[in-house]
Amino acid sequence: MQVLAIFIPIIAAILLPFLFKQIRAIHTGWFVLLVPLALLGYYTSFIKQTINGESAVAVMEWIPSLDISFSSYLDGLSILFSILITGIGSLVVLYSIFYLDKTKEQLHNFYVYLLMFMTAMLGVVQSDHVITLYLFWELTSISSFLLIGYWFNRDKSRFGALKSMMITVAGGLMMLGGFVLLSLMGGTFSIRELIVQAPSIASHDYFVLALVLILLGAFTKSAQFPFYIWLPDAMEAPTPVSAYLHSATMVKAGIYLVARFTPIFALSEVWVWLVAGIGLLTLFWGSLFASKQTDLKGILAFSTVSQLGLIMSLLGVAAMAFHVEDAAGTVFKYAGFAAIFHLINHATFKGSLFMIAGIVDHETGTRDIRKLGGLMSLMPVSFTVALIGSFSMAGLPPFNGFLSKEMFLTGMLSVKEFGLFNFETFGVLFPIIAWVASVFTFVYSFYFVFKTFTGKLQAAKLPKKPHEAPVGMLVSPVILAVLVVSIFFIPNLIGDLFVKPAVAVIQPFLYSSPDEVNIAVHAWHGFKPEFWMTVGIVAVGLLLFLLLPKWQKVYRIIPEWLSLNKLYDFMMNTVLDTLMERFSNLYMTGSIRKYLTYMFAAIVSIVIGTLFIKDAFALSFENVSPIAIYDITLIAVLVIGTLTTLFAKSRITAIVGLGAVGYTVALFFVIFNAPDLALTQLVIETISVALFLMAFYHLPKLSRVEERMRFQVGRAIIAIGVGAMVTLLALSAHSQKLVESISGYYKETVYSLAGGGNIVNVILVDYRGFDTLFEITVLGIAGMGIYAMIKLRLSRKEKSNENE
Amino acid sequence: MEIVMAFVCGFLFMAAIYLILSRSLLRIIIGTGLLSHGAHLLILTMGGLGGESPPVLGEGVTDYADPLPQALILTAIVISFGVTAFFLVLAYRAYQELGTDDTTKMKGSDEDD
Repeated sequence: MQVLAIFIPIIAAILLPFLFKQIRAIHTGWFVLLVPLALLGYYTSFIKQTINGESAVAVMEWIPSLDISFSSYLDGLSILFSILITGIGSLVVLYSIFYLDKTKEQLHNFYVYLLMFMTAMLGVVQSDHVITLYLFWELTSISSFLLIGYWFNRDKSRFGALKSMMITVAGGLMMLGGFVLLSLMGGTFSIRELIVQAPSIASHDYFVLALVLILLGAFTKSAQFPFYIWLPDAMEAPTPVSAYLHSATMVKAGIYLVARFTPIFALSEVWVWLVAGIGLLTLFWGSLFASKQTDLKGILAFSTVSQLGLIMSLLGVAAMAFHVEDAAGTVFKYAGFAAIFHLINHATFKGSLFMIAGIVDHETGTRDIRKLGGLMSLMPVSFTVALIGSFSMAGLPPFNGFLSKEMFLTGMLSVKEFGLFNFETFGVLFPIIAWVASVFTFVYSFYFVFKTFTGKLQAAKLPKKPHEAPVGMLVSPVILAVLVVSIFFIPNLIGDLFVKPAVAVIQPFLYSSPDEVNIAVHAWHGFKPEFWMTVGIVAVGLLLFLLLPKWQKVYRIIPEWLSLNKLYDFMMNTVLDTLMERFSNLYMTGSIRKYLTYMFAAIVSIVIGTLFIKDAFALSFENVSPIAIYDITLIAVLVIGTLTTLFAKSRITAIVGLGAVGYTVALFFVIFNAPDLALTQLVIETISVALFLMAFYHLPKLSRVEERMRFQVGRAIIAIGVGAMVTLLALSAHSQKLVESISGYYKETVYSLAGGGNIVNVILVDYRGFDTLFEITVLGIAGMGIYAMIKLRLSRKEKSNENE
Repeated sequence: MEIVMAFVCGFLFMAAIYLILSRSLLRIIIGTGLLSHGAHLLILTMGGLGGESPPVLGEGVTDYADPLPQALILTAIVISFGVTAFFLVLAYRAYQELGTDDTTKMKGSDEDD
């Protein structure tokens, strides 16, 4: 049941096209909504186990011979993600019912992709088996590709879809490499068993390589610097998709992966530096460029990049706790808690903000912030929700973002007390960069909400007459906004239910059960550095926001061609399209002769290479039959006939040469005691020659210009190579018998089993009767082909014939 | 004899490949013909050319030629005939439709797609 639950969405997806076609009156989304709601209820029932630190495991065999199975491992971390996936999923489906028009859109496609994604994502967070984890991981990339490209007739959608696919799948492949290395080191595919073996894995040579590869997968998926460039382009997807995949769930898969593997990799210096450093850089970079954007969803995309960086950097700091003695009693305990807490908060406020961006787009017809303004009085509910979301994102009370932001600052401040891995020198940079990034976060949060809703309404520039969204569309963002506010007042309940069980999983080196996580969230904890930092953020942030029109130009100083997007375009267009195409065209010339040359050369090198590497060549003069005088004669005739075909000036001569070879072969059969073969060969050869002559009568003379074939060195080398290969093969085959011939069986049983005397014939019609049957079939097909070709006339000619 | 036949087979294969790599359809077909002859002799040689009498049960005969390669070759002869006939008609029709028997001229260019 537990494993099956993962697959429920994709099974439900099979029914959708029928529902969409048959029941047009009801929006298909209502049927879809049942799936995440039911799963949400199901996963909620596991919470009472996970808060005690217990877990539920179920396994379903898939490929037992390769030790590959589907598994569902529900612990604190998996349950948190599963509830996010199904919870936000329900709200997003509800929202999409009003966002997507049932008469205009291809709803069945949309919801099939969405449900496919849901299964994939549940699989990622619940798999205990690294290979199936990878499978689901790539499935999320594929469904994300399909959803971004949902409006596939738009160029930008296709471009964005391809870009996200290229980057995330490339990262996924790296991750697969890391998984393979990890399972080789640990001797198991199970993540739980790998965690147990973490100390022995850490001393392995490939440890750091596996670590970097897995991080590449996580960083590409979670849009970390410098791979974030796919996320802004993914905003071409319908807004419900952006809210779901590209802010709340899929982009957090990388976070999940880092959290899940922290117990294994935390003891590595490389891990701490990469996760904390890249996370912090991404946080800063994303917040800096969010205010540059003019598209509402563009702002949110950069903000998502930045916030993912924040969570990532906290996870890096959480790994530091491994190196501190009795960390559970020190300031280092906060980072892990803050990471998970902010992950929940981010899902709530960013989800609501995305939905508001979608509402603004839906009701005004544009997302360009330069055309928007003054919507406050027209869309009061949307404005309120946007205000709550933005203030939470900026880190203001009384919203949940304030709590996790304070705790984030605590975590960053703890870095400067960390004495290992050169952090005593560089650690002080962490709180500084975090503070600067928070200021910019404040600026873009205000930029988003106030540029859209206050100021002067520019009705003339809007494609539609703006008005408040329908109630149904507002339900989901309002629910999320209520959560944003209520989490502020009940943070410790959320902490007990979701955060602590997850933290205990991430930091098993600190806590053995969720009860030991002795962290309580307070909105007020005195005039500490965190408080003064927040005051500074608000003061400087407000100032910068008010002066924004003056300094926004600064962004233009950075030239376009220097951006990472240009690098991607260069890779895709110049390197892949042009260079690779040229490289392919270099050898894929369309000439059959070239291709045959490659094939023969490959065969020759493989066979001769194997002969030498395996030392298989042998030459023995034992068991050879004597050579008689007529043998020599026949061989001479055969060689002369062959040479004739090679050097013939006219086609008749060539045919005669071929015929001579054929009849000689027949005579060879006579000598070698094969009367049946000789008879068949004689008959077939006669028919063949007749056929050749008949066909050649219609065929052109051998070209007059090229009367004799010009000698070509390349061809000759290949030909001689094949000839030499065959000779060597024949000599080796004759000179050593590794296994007993099966012919003896036929000789002994031919009379008793088949009741015949002519062994060759009995083999053909009895022992291997089906072979003969198929042989006849092949001949029949060839005959039909010949008949069809003779009857076939290209349509062009037929028409002209009809006209005559 | 087997040693000599190994070289004969190699020679046949060499000539066949040389012809198959030419431009003219006719030579390619002749090449495939030679190739099948070479293959038949190769199978026979690899099985051993010994044996005093044909593989037909008879009074007092114990040393038969190996029947298995012969059975394989018998099938192969017929199939190669089918292939040759098919090729010939294909070449004939291609020449009628395209006006050439030069494979390099038959090659489709990108503009034809």
